[in-house]
Amino acid sequence: MATIELKQVEKKFGESYAVKPLDMTINSGEFIVLLGPSGCGKTTTLRMISGLEAVTSGNILFDGKDVTWLHPSARDIAFVFQFFALYSHLSARENIAFPLQAQGVKREEINQRVKAVAEMLKIEHVLNARPGALSGGDQQRVALARALVRQPAAFLMDEPLGALDAEFRESMRAEIKQLHLKQNATTVYVTHDQVEAMAMGDRIVVMSNAVVQQAATPSEVYHNPANLFVARFIGSPGMNLIQGTYQAGKIQLPGSNVMTVPEAWKQTLDSKLPADGKVIVGFRPEAVEVAADGEIHSTTYASDLHGGYTMLHLQLDRDVIVHARAAREMRYQLSETVRFNVQPNMVRFFHPETEAALQNGSHTT
Amino acid sequence: MAQTSTDITSLQSSQATRQPRQRQMSDLRIMQLFILPTVILLILMNIFPLIYSLYLSFTNYSVIADKAPEWIGIQNYTTILSDQRFWANFATTGRYALISVILQTLIGFGLALLLRNKFKGSGLVTTLILVPMMLSPIVVATFWKLMFNPSLGIFNYLLGYTDINTSPLWLGDPNLALWAIVIVDVWMWSPFVMLLCLAGLSAIPEYLYEAAAIDRASAWFQFRRITLPQVMPLLLIAVLFRTIEAFKQFDLVMGLTSGGPGDVTETVSIRLYKLAFQGQYDTGMSSALAYIILIIIIAVSNLYIRSLNKARGA
Repeated sequence: MATIELKQVEKKFGESYAVKPLDMTINSGEFIVLLGPSGCGKTTTLRMISGLEAVTSGNILFDGKDVTWLHPSARDIAFVFQFFALYSHLSARENIAFPLQAQGVKREEINQRVKAVAEMLKIEHVLNARPGALSGGDQQRVALARALVRQPAAFLMDEPLGALDAEFRESMRAEIKQLHLKQNATTVYVTHDQVEAMAMGDRIVVMSNAVVQQAATPSEVYHNPANLFVARFIGSPGMNLIQGTYQAGKIQLPGSNVMTVPEAWKQTLDSKLPADGKVIVGFRPEAVEVAADGEIHSTTYASDLHGGYTMLHLQLDRDVIVHARAAREMRYQLSETVRFNVQPNMVRFFHPETEAALQNGSHTT
Repeated sequence: MAQTSTDITSLQSSQATRQPRQRQMSDLRIMQLFILPTVILLILMNIFPLIYSLYLSFTNYSVIADKAPEWIGIQNYTTILSDQRFWANFATTGRYALISVILQTLIGFGLALLLRNKFKGSGLVTTLILVPMMLSPIVVATFWKLMFNPSLGIFNYLLGYTDINTSPLWLGDPNLALWAIVIVDVWMWSPFVMLLCLAGLSAIPEYLYEAAAIDRASAWFQFRRITLPQVMPLLLIAVLFRTIEAFKQFDLVMGLTSGGPGDVTETVSIRLYKLAFQGQYDTGMSSALAYIILIIIIAVSNLYIRSLNKARGA
């Protein structure tokens, strides 16, 4: 299994950047998820790693060896395509055997290896069918089998579950994760689905507008987003982000609310904010604690029962709505007054102009 | 206009009042009425001649003789099938069809592979290559006859023959005449194979080649395992069409050699023509030959269609 390094890798289509100069190291055996909205450059990055797309400049190294200009076939990688890319004129068995046949592996060994991988993915019963006759899930399993049948240096997956129904997606997600744990293969996985990214990645690389926004563990990305984009993009709904004005340990929030800044943040806010004290306060829905003596007051705008919990939409001001996760049994009338506090260790602050998260060096998750 | 509107009003009023005596045509009747002219034409022009000629093939009959057809059973068929010259005609046709179709397939597919990747002016080149196919076969035959002409034709000149005493007589030499027709047919119809192959090639999704690159397949392996099988259905259709056409080949042969020298290029359709419309106008015998050709073409087509279905995985 290989370590993959990207050094100042960039891709331009004409004058516009698909990927701006990017540095990234993917450790051997790591499961990396490239996450971002469509057009953010994540698939282009993956295709550059695979060699299907040539880099405009920069270097790609596999285990320290420069492969930047090697043909995909010389990189020893497996690629799982979004729309499977199965050979439609060949049976599932022949599809899986293809990479082995292409390398001139002996027939007996091919049969044995195809059988083993088919057993692992539970597709023995569809081996003689052509891809067109298979369900989406089985097609994807065949595509995975084709990737797994040889032991490549790395697995690259381009939205492999994107073409499946929601129901299948969840079980396939678990299957892929399970396979990764068994094989411990270096894997780069592209998706636009943040739930998928959170569930699968050892590390998540969040991309937007051709630039990496944050590369960190799922928990870090969720609790300590590097900037407003990540804060909004991760989580459903994303982080609550409210504009306020900081002054002497207090923040003025819309609806004539005042929030007391936790002690640990005061020094940071004193020094890092613009002169006018403008700041963006961020906190996750689960950081909201409804309390009769809460310092922020709001009115209920809507309340959705999600089965396990209730999602409250709390209106601070005309256009300012906070999402709050409340216990299942909590019931609210519309336009009822609700007071709440924000858990002090779960509040984050962002610079209004750079949009970057402020760091106080000691936040906990 | 006024007429139409009154018609509509009367129709509406008749529908509104539902007069039982007023005759109205049902949709089915209208449909039948529209189909009728086609059916009549088909029966007159296709089905009647087909059946009538089948009857004639079992008779001794000539259209120019003032004599009713005389029933002679399968005698026409046995005569044809036991005649050396007919077998020679079939052999000529078979040889011609085989060589011609193989060459057209190779050249057409080759051209398609070359034109597959777009380059500057590739659209124009493709169109120019297609021109021969659009010409009338008689026109093609006539100017190739000129080009093959040993004293003033350009063909031998281009091959490097400048002495008329040693240069090949393409249409006059019994060893070359069939090849001459093959050359013209290949020139004219390779573009057709190319066109279908080009359509087949452009329908192969690019991601299959990407997958193959990832699967570390060599260029030759990709061609053999992806390109060829993916193009096969359309290639087989091209081959099917060309084979049927080659078996029926008439106009090019007629225009170039009329079956000569001697009868070395006498294909079955030329023989059929001579039998039916020259000398004795042996309508009975020629009908029998026509039916034999028909059966052969149907048999060959069926073989192709079977392999076509296999290629498509049906």
